[in-house]
Amino acid sequence: MICDNSEIILSVQDLTAEVDGTQILKGLNLEVKAGEIHAIMGPNGSGKSTFSKVLAGHPDYTVTGGTVTFLGQNLLEMEPEDRARSGVFLAFQYPIEIPGVSNLDFLRVSYNSKRKHQGLDELDAFDFDELVQQKLDVVKMDPAFLSRSVNEGFSGGEKKRNEILQMALLEPKLSILDETDSGLDIDALKIVSNGVNQLTTPENAIILITHYQRLLNYIEPDYVHVMEGGRIVTTGGKELALELEERGYDWVREEEAVGAK
Amino acid sequence: MSAIVQNLVNQPYKYGFVTNIESDTIPRGLNEDIIRLISAKKEEPEFMLEFRLRSYRQWLKMTEPTWQNASYPPIDYQDIIYYSAPKQKEKKKSLEEVDPELLETFEKLGIPLSEQKRLTNVAVDAIFDSVSVATTFKEKLAEKGVIFCSISEAIREYPELVQKYLGSVVPPADNYFAALNSAVFSDGSFVYIPKGVRCPMELSTYFRINNGETGQFERTLIIADEGSYVSYLEGCTAPMYDTNQLHAAVVELVALDNAEIKYSTVQNWYAGDANGKGGIYNFVTKRGLCQGVNSKISWTQVETGSAITWKYPSCVLVGDHSVGEFYSVALTNHYQQADTGTKMIHIGKNTRSTIISKGISAGRSKNSYRGLVKIGPKATGARNYSQCDSMLIGDNAQANTFPYIQVQNNTGKVEHEASTSKIGEDQLFYFTQRGISAEDAVSMMISGFCKDVFNQLPMEFAVEADRLLSLKLEGSVG
Repeated sequence: MICDNSEIILSVQDLTAEVDGTQILKGLNLEVKAGEIHAIMGPNGSGKSTFSKVLAGHPDYTVTGGTVTFLGQNLLEMEPEDRARSGVFLAFQYPIEIPGVSNLDFLRVSYNSKRKHQGLDELDAFDFDELVQQKLDVVKMDPAFLSRSVNEGFSGGEKKRNEILQMALLEPKLSILDETDSGLDIDALKIVSNGVNQLTTPENAIILITHYQRLLNYIEPDYVHVMEGGRIVTTGGKELALELEERGYDWVREEEAVGAK
Repeated sequence: MSAIVQNLVNQPYKYGFVTNIESDTIPRGLNEDIIRLISAKKEEPEFMLEFRLRSYRQWLKMTEPTWQNASYPPIDYQDIIYYSAPKQKEKKKSLEEVDPELLETFEKLGIPLSEQKRLTNVAVDAIFDSVSVATTFKEKLAEKGVIFCSISEAIREYPELVQKYLGSVVPPADNYFAALNSAVFSDGSFVYIPKGVRCPMELSTYFRINNGETGQFERTLIIADEGSYVSYLEGCTAPMYDTNQLHAAVVELVALDNAEIKYSTVQNWYAGDANGKGGIYNFVTKRGLCQGVNSKISWTQVETGSAITWKYPSCVLVGDHSVGEFYSVALTNHYQQADTGTKMIHIGKNTRSTIISKGISAGRSKNSYRGLVKIGPKATGARNYSQCDSMLIGDNAQANTFPYIQVQNNTGKVEHEASTSKIGEDQLFYFTQRGISAEDAVSMMISGFCKDVFNQLPMEFAVEADRLLSLKLEGSVG
């Protein structure tokens, strides 16, 4: 799916960011083109989740340097809701429970805010219901989940499926899946991966953040990046993930140390 | 993010204007002569003056309560004006004779009184400072035998009914503010629904405090005779003044055999500014008596205004199989203080009550639920279910729950559930990451939180209440 003249969706240069005064990202570079799937792996604390939150605009994280360009626009200047409406989607590692707000209402308001942003008419409740019923198939979700409060009382697997349902509805240009595989049993992993695969197109791009190679058996990445100390230190093809699985991250650290000499 | 929450709550109060109108105002202060003067101005029969004077003498023996979870500087009762009325000709026969300035005031408040623009299917009694200025749909209601008028008019026209029921649910000695109200009340609404009549429209009273130094002491009395039904609504606003104004109302409801009264309030008195200056002291006694078998009284309140709210709409369940309900949303912001809840007093057999209370506190406000469920020795088979939920917005607000339960009959069943939640930054981020603004996120979460209560309100008021809460919270999230 990689072709050199594809549209550049995301370009990150020398990105540095901190939370509560602690520097987490220390000069991160990444370019993502349309049609590509990038996996970002790395040990705990290497800055993977921070990177996803910085891209989505979480208020706790402060960007201290570098640039992020999304579809030619300065992403860092955009409010979180505008990033979302423009096509940045973050599938949360721990999807948030919203008591009292029905999943269906939440999905509809979210979907319509994007349509409004695109200058399209909002869908009324009936048309939207029809649309959402089709999308349920992507993750084999029971329609009963639509009338429940957002994520409230959902199992870990159900929450992750709900995230992918939202992704299916919003059709983002860039989806960042933050450890979407964590806490999933093998059946749920297959359903979620299958859902993601159905949603990949030559026009959009996906960043998968994961600890484990296992997810990459189901969603095949074009690139695998290894993060360490707030930077991407190694990039390779999908075989890199297999090597990591076998040899652990220490191997990357050693390689890097050798390279530095 | 905190800034967004702050901005959300800081919506300006849009009812804060003052109407320039000539008033008939009596000297400030309180003594027996003032009470005689109020009674004379209202051309009351002798029994009313006696009732007032007895109440006043009672009040003198009482002391202001201090147990509520609210603090305020002492009130100087001699510095209040107890009667102020817009100057106008005799109580007018038709609305065309009402001062256009007054009609315009109510129009601005969204309560059109003029014939063409009236709310369909809602009859309105409009009260401006101390007096009722207009009551709509009176004739149409009279066809069914329903009496809907100001209490002053009822005292003159239906003295037997008033004498029989006034003070029967809330006796003057009940509490300090009830005694004060009984002595000086100036106006309010009176409703009587005859036997077997289902009131054909919503009845509604709209209270407006205009004068800066006037206390408003209104008195409402609703009687639902056997097998009748009525749904009644009240709304309240006041201009913005730097000083605090006292509003001490008394509402009494009586439901006879198989009768039902549904009483809804949307209270939006001026709450004071962002620094806690000004605002209404809303010290109110509301109580319903389910006197007959199978009778039912249901209170629904949406309390968003006032600097201090102190009220406990209650039900005394005397009739066997009678039902009491209390549905409440209380929202406080800035330096507002609310101590509100209910009392469900089970006296008859198989009486049932439900309490659903939702408190939302933002800014530096204090919001307390205080409720009593009492099951008397003869209330065999009585049941109560209570649910008290609190929601905190920001880090400086307070929510408290004070449930009191007294059970004197071992067949009684009392359930109490409580929860506290907080609109967290992570929830807001989840919404914004899905393209939903923080403002919309808060209003969706608040609507969801209040759903059980809003469902009890008549349709048009449910929409209004929902909108009102969003406005009040504008700027409080972030």
